[in-house]
Amino acid sequence: MRIHLTGVFVDDQRKALRFYTETLGFSLKHNIPLGEHAWITVVSEEAPEGTELLLEPAEHPAVGPFRKALVEDGIPSASFAVDDVGAEHERLVARGVRFVQPPTDLGAVITAVFDDSCGNLIQLTEQKPQP
Amino acid sequence: MNLEDLHVDIYRAIADRTRRAILDELVDRSGQSLFELCSRLTMKHGINSSRQAISQHLDILEAAGLIRTRREGRSKLHWFVGAPLKAIGERWPVSTDHGISNPTGEDTRK
Repeated sequence: MRIHLTGVFVDDQRKALRFYTETLGFSLKHNIPLGEHAWITVVSEEAPEGTELLLEPAEHPAVGPFRKALVEDGIPSASFAVDDVGAEHERLVARGVRFVQPPTDLGAVITAVFDDSCGNLIQLTEQKPQP
Repeated sequence: MNLEDLHVDIYRAIADRTRRAILDELVDRSGQSLFELCSRLTMKHGINSSRQAISQHLDILEAAGLIRTRREGRSKLHWFVGAPLKAIGERWPVSTDHGISNPTGEDTRK
């Protein structure tokens, strides 16, 4: 069994697609119109056949209160692996991304958390080499 | 809240190891979310309490006036406030005279 698809709820699918591709640098995998919305997934350029991230419309009535509570406590909706959290932080800040937690050394990992401007907090994680 | 209550709250607030670790981490970086605090407590202190338990510790620290919370964007962030701890030093002042502060003559430098 493999993890094929996971998703984040986004306020506006078109805005989210721009942010996740142009700002973060993921590639569009599928964009299938489904009436008012679309089935939009992105993948990492480093793993085009890897896990897809679904940019799912946030219109279900449960999504609002659920995400509000997560964001209030600073809990990320997803976590992405990077080689260098410090470099990503610098790159994304230059592109106007708002970080709620700057790169923080937690011992085994370095993490940072940013606002995806689509209603979610996203964590970046860098695994440090094990001694 | 009167002053006596406040004193009781300070001592109770810092009597707990987890709450002292929370203050250590807020001194390290001001303005943390519950999630960031829990990550730091788990990864740096080996404290694996639930978010709900940490939230209750934060309520006690806030009642004692040792932390303040503020909304930034849609997140609730926490700040350390050291001022109430001054009451301890005012109640039991530390003398700068070596003889008085160290009546037994024990070598306190070790």
